[in-house]
Formats: sequence, C-alpha cells, structure tokens
Amino acid sequence: MMEKLKSAVKHINLPRLIIILFFLFIVLLAYVNDINVNSYIGSTIKYWGMWGVLVLAMVPSIKCGIGPNFGISLGIVCGLLGSLLAIEFGITDIFNGIVPGLGPWAAIAFAMISSAFFAWFVGVAYGKILNCVKGSEMTVTTYIGYSFIYLMCIVWFRAPFTNSEIKWPIGASGVRNSLSMESSFGSVLNDFLGFELGGEGGIYIPTGLVIFFLLCCLAVFLYFRSKSGLAMTAAGSNPSFARANGIDVDKMRIKGIALSTVLGAIGIVVYTQGFGILQAYTAPLQMGFQCVAAILIGGATTGKAKISHVIIGTFLFQGLLMFTPPVSNKLLAGTDISDTMRQIIQNGVILYALTKAKGGSSNEE
Amino acid sequence: MKNNEEKRISFSGYLKGAIFNNKVIILFTVLCIACIMASNTSLNYIASEVFSRFGRNACLVLALIIPCLAGLGMNFGIVVGAIAAQIAIFFVVHWGFTGIGGFLLCTLMSTPMAIFFGWLLGILFNKTKGSEMITGLVLGFFADGLYRLFTLYIIGGLIPYDDPNLLDRGFGLRNAFDLSDSIKYALDDISFVTVFRLLMVFIIVIQLINIAIGSKKAMAVDKKESMLKLVSAAAGLVISFILMAVPGVSGMIGGTRLILSDTLRVAMIVYLLSLVIRKFLLHRDITKDRLIKGAVLTVIVLVLSYIPFIRDILRSVSISACTYGVICLFCFFNNWILDTKLGQDMRTVGQNRIVAGSAGINVDKIRIIATCISTVLAAWGQLIYLQNLGTFNTVQQQSNVGLYAVAALLVGGASVQKANNRQAIIGVVLFHTLFVVAPLAATQIIGDSAISEYIRMFICYGVIAVSLAMHAWKKKDKKVVKKIVGDDENKDVIKTLA
Repeated sequence: MMEKLKSAVKHINLPRLIIILFFLFIVLLAYVNDINVNSYIGSTIKYWGMWGVLVLAMVPSIKCGIGPNFGISLGIVCGLLGSLLAIEFGITDIFNGIVPGLGPWAAIAFAMISSAFFAWFVGVAYGKILNCVKGSEMTVTTYIGYSFIYLMCIVWFRAPFTNSEIKWPIGASGVRNSLSMESSFGSVLNDFLGFELGGEGGIYIPTGLVIFFLLCCLAVFLYFRSKSGLAMTAAGSNPSFARANGIDVDKMRIKGIALSTVLGAIGIVVYTQGFGILQAYTAPLQMGFQCVAAILIGGATTGKAKISHVIIGTFLFQGLLMFTPPVSNKLLAGTDISDTMRQIIQNGVILYALTKAKGGSSNEE
Repeated sequence: MKNNEEKRISFSGYLKGAIFNNKVIILFTVLCIACIMASNTSLNYIASEVFSRFGRNACLVLALIIPCLAGLGMNFGIVVGAIAAQIAIFFVVHWGFTGIGGFLLCTLMSTPMAIFFGWLLGILFNKTKGSEMITGLVLGFFADGLYRLFTLYIIGGLIPYDDPNLLDRGFGLRNAFDLSDSIKYALDDISFVTVFRLLMVFIIVIQLINIAIGSKKAMAVDKKESMLKLVSAAAGLVISFILMAVPGVSGMIGGTRLILSDTLRVAMIVYLLSLVIRKFLLHRDITKDRLIKGAVLTVIVLVLSYIPFIRDILRSVSISACTYGVICLFCFFNNWILDTKLGQDMRTVGQNRIVAGSAGINVDKIRIIATCISTVLAAWGQLIYLQNLGTFNTVQQQSNVGLYAVAALLVGGASVQKANNRQAIIGVVLFHTLFVVAPLAATQIIGDSAISEYIRMFICYGVIAVSLAMHAWKKKDKKVVKKIVGDDENKDVIKTLA
C-alpha cells in the first residue's frame, strides 16, 4: 500500500500534488466565505490564456536540452518591440480605413510577425552563446536575460519613437512606463466570441484567447511530431545517441532556443493584448521565473516537458494567484498576501526542480 | 607555465602578461576614470563617498571568498545571512537596546540564526551540485518571500510584538525601519583610541596566559618574546593615555572619525619604524631590499600627501577606525582559515570534488561549513552596513545584497573559482566608484539622471553574465581537451590545441 502511494506521489510529483491540494483548499475557502467564485474562475481562465503562450515557450528549450529558459525575457523584449512598432506605424488606423474592424487584427498580426522576426535572429545569436556554455545554461540564461532587460531599458529611454501614444508627454522621445493598448489591439483576442457561461453573472470565457492558446499548443505539438521536432527531442534527451545518428546537436539546440524566443515574443504580444497595458522597462524582469515555475508546477522537470504540463501548470499557478487576494483579504482584513505567496511558491517550485535535476542539463558531471 | 617563460623572455612579455591577467581591473579602472572626467564633480566628494561606501560594503564582499574557493561559485545565498541580521535587529530595537551594546547583541543573536540558515543552504547546495549559483539566486528570492511573510504577517500576528511605533496596523512591520535612536553608527563611532586600547589589553591578556602556561613548559625563548610583547603592549597603552592628554592629538585620535591624510602619514611612519625596529633591535630576518622598498614607499606617500591637490582630497575623507579595523579582521580571518587544515580541505574540494572525496575528505561536510562561514560573515557584514546606513527598507533591503557583492567581487578580477582579499578590496573600490560616478556622468552627458539607474543595473548584471559565460566557456574547453586526451588517436589535435 505504502509503495503504491509512494509511486503515485512520485507520478503526480510532490509539488504539483501540494499545489493542487492548496488550490482546492483556497477555492473551498473562497466558496465558504461567500466570494464570487464565478468571476475569479473567469479571470483565472483569462490569465491562463494570457500566460499560456509564454509558458509554452519553455517546451522547445527544455526539449532541445537547454533546460528551462530563464532568458525568455529576450523574447519578451522582442515582442514588446514588435507591439511598439505596430502602435508607432498606426497599423490599426490604416487598416480600419480599409475595412472597419480589421485594424486591431492587422495590428496584432503585424506585432506578432515582426516580433517573431526579431526574436528569431536574437534567438539564434543567443543559442550560439549557449552552445559555448553547455552545462551552466540556467545560470547564464538568467543573467543574460537580466542584463538584456536593463540594456533595453536604456534603449527604451532614448528610442526615437514619434507616436504621441508611445513617447513621454513631456520630452522628445523615449517610451512611457506603461501605455494603454486601447486604441491599437487591446483585448482583441479576449473579446472575440467571448461569452458568459451560465447566463448573466456567469463565468466569462474569452473564446478567441483560449482558441489561440490551444492552437499554439497544437502547433508546437505537431512540430514535435515532425522530423525536425523529433530530431530536436533526440538531441535534447540523448546528445551522443543523436550525434551517432547524424543529428547536428548544436544546430538543434540553436533551433530550439530560437523557437522558444519566438514563442516568448508572441506570448508577450498575447499577454499585452489581454492585459490592456504595455509595460516596458523592468516589468518583464521576473516573468521568466514565473513561466519556469508554471511549467514545473504542471509536472515538467528540467529535462522533460510536455504540452499538457503547460496547460495544467499555467492554470494551477494562475488560479492560485487569482484566488489568494480575495481569500486573504477576507481572513486578514486589508492585506494582499498574494504577491508574497507567488514569490514563495514560484521560487520554491524552481528550487525543488533544481534538487531533482539529476543528469539533466544542470549537472556538470 | 607559459607566463613564467614569458617573464623570463622580456619585459614586454611580462607587461603583456600583467595586462592580460588584470584585464577586468584595467577595463573598469579606465571606465571609472572616464566617468569621473565626464561627471565634472569635485574629487573630494567622490573620494569621501567612495570611502564611506567602502566601509559599508567591504565585509559583505569578503564573505564571498571562502565559498568561492570551496568550489561553490559565487554565493548568491548570502541574502539569508542578511535576513538573519535584520531579524536580529527587529528584536534588539524592540527590546530597546542601543549603542554598541545593542550592536553586540545583534551580532550575538544573528550568529546562531545565520549558522542555521547557512546549514540549510549548505544542504541545499549539496543537493544541487554543479548549479549552486542559480540555486543560490533562486533561494535568495525564496528566502525573500518567506522573510516578507515573516515581517508582514507573522511578526505581530503569531509572534507577539507589541510596539505601536513599528507596527502599522496591528501586525506587520512598518516599511522603513529607523535605527537612528538605536544602533546607528554604533560601530562607526568607536574612536581609534578605544580600539587601540582594547587591542593592547587583548595582547596583554594573551601574553599573560602564554607566560603562565609557558612557565610550566619552561621554553625560555618563547617566554622572552612573550615578555617583550607584553611590555610593548603595556607601553602602547601608556602612550595612548599620554597622547590623549595632548590637546591637538586627543582630538585627532579620540574623535569618532579619523582624517585620512593624518592617518595615512602616521601609518606610513609607523610602518617604517616597525621595519627598522624589527631589523635592528630584534634582529629579525628582514632583507635590505624590503627595508629600502619600505622607506621609498613611505617617502613617496608622504610627499604625495603634501601635494595640495591630493592633500585636499585626503583631508576631505574621514574614515571610521573601528569599521575599517573590522574589515581588516575579516581579511585576516579569510587568510587564517585558508591556512588551517580545514582551509586546505576546502581548497581541495574546490579544485576537484572527486579527488577530495577519494582522499578521505568529507566533501559534503566541508561544503556545508564553507556555506555556514559565508552566511555568518554576511550577517555581520549586513549589520555593519545597516548601522552605517541608519535606516533600512524593512521588506526589500536584503534583496540586492548578493547581486551587488558578487558584481563587486567580479569587477575586482575574481573568477567563479578563484578569489582573494585583494580582489575583493579592489573590486569594492572600483565598483562603488562606478556606482557613484556613473549617474553623475550620465546626467552630464545625456542630461537625465533617471537613465543612470538602468546603466548601473546593466553594469551589475552584465558583469556577472559575462564572467559566468567566460567561466563556463573555459570549463567546456578543458572538457574537450580531457576527452581528446582519453583518445589516443587524437594526439595531433592535442598538440594543435595546446
């Protein structure tokens, strides 16, 4: 009996089990305390879709053998650049002039394509660096991500944008701290076919967002069924075997990290449209950690990841973050414990995964 | 090997080697000088600012050296040491202890906490061998979260802490913690003469014990030397009392701060005198070369210190005798522990865990000890930092401790596997000079100081990223060579690589 229990716990993996139980406990508490559970489930689904693609970006980097990509901020910065360019060129207005209502769609498409374009080049260069530091990828990716964000802060500060929505109200150039996406492509995916489940006051389902996220998942899933994707998986899970079969492992790693960066760029565009506000500067600093934690909660390890891990993990993590503020507010009046909790859970899960990383990318021997 | 050969070959080769070995220091020195020139600020201001920052930060950086040599890389986990220090402060301030007594109580309280945290950290590091740095970083964030939970919800909630001055709403500490009524400048304000007398008394006590024990064993030579030390310490004590009676001098050495120009001159003369005494009175083994070098150095420093331009700078800087004394103690401690059996074991573990293990060293235990030492030193370092600063952000003060300390050490030319006191000291000076002048320079050049924060952080993270990448790169090259060495057919390749 004990053996069975142990193997079951091992299968579900301990942190995931704890988080699931904790999540259920919090939801129960919310229900007992007369909190409007429906609206919080609605926002959980919304944030699930928003974070989904960013978390999905972890899959290629884990599969190609680099491990969780703490440097996803490189992709995020590319995505922000793409979004800013879409606003700068006024894509929305141009296309609204051609066909009314097409503007936001054209803008988001432009943002995604242009940012994916930048992200591919950044990702390839990044992959080349990572091929030089095999064995300490996680440490190096973290610091490259951090320093790149601050480098881009300097760039944002002086960037020659001319659109009045982007630049500071006073001064010639530079990007604002946070700018509204209202007039460009804010919540265009969220509102597409959005409906309330169970009539008025029910759970709001942002259909377009969910469909887009699931489509991305499907695309990544299909890619890893293709010849190139299988080669990448092989290169990640057993490099010497892959090499013996004529697979260029280094090239596969570069491809994987570039793909991850591109997904990160698209992910932040999706996130920004859902959030409604574009945050440049230091906002993406901790996003990488949050994405890594989400996929690890879903059951991934530093050496193995599946699409299901992304879907489950993001939902659990975001659900927990959505439900904690109202509950903690009820229990300890006037407090918001959720940010502290996020910090503890997120980093605790990553630490647990690091201790379990045996023979994976994190071990030097 | 290569370097030695070059040295013999020519001076230019030697110079090249020196430049190459110190490339990081040279790069940052150039950067600092450029920023100083661009900043258009008086050197007096910069110098006094750098010296006060040096006194504040040096101990935290020195705490990183031992784990680095024990093969744990840059210990970002010193955040937990800082947390131990801050928790101790909460209680000491709450109980109402002030001044140096309060400070010592903080030290006393934070030490067991730091040992405990360090022990946990060491266990964690043992479970994640090879990725200690990312573990330390993530653990820093994790501990940050727990600490925040502690300060904002548990203290005053679960732990009774009835202090309306510090609690905002019945539980949870106030955002900013003011130390000006309790332990601010507790250590800094101790005058030089007090430190000196304490040192003398300490020496006298030690020598008395020595003589008491030594008389049984009847070792005449040792006894004579002990007596000599005893007498000179007593003489020092008497001199200190006489000097305090002299009006001009008493202000100089009895005040809370020392003026750098006077200190430097006196220190150089004392240094030269001690060399002369040791050579001619005690007949110690001091070469003539060293004596001449010492004399020349003293003369140069004295002459320089009277040049008006430098004199003004040196006069504007005042340092705290006790804090700088503690920094020296930290340095001595690092050197001392590395000379012991434990320290040798640490180095062995740092060089190769497998070899160390087969040589009978308990690798895991050594690593835990190294982490504990580092954490305790970090806790004390954070106490020194906070007593100088006088106020701190309750929730966030500790979060950047690891980052700044690591960046400073790396700027000093340390690598992930090699670090020493010299690099720590140089690193702190360069890093904090840059910290002071980079915003000023940015304001002058770009006309906006807001950007300077980004530049600072970019430098911090950039330095760390580059040096970690360089380290990993080197390691990989070594691995390639090893692999090829294992293969007999590839001997030609080894030659080309070598």
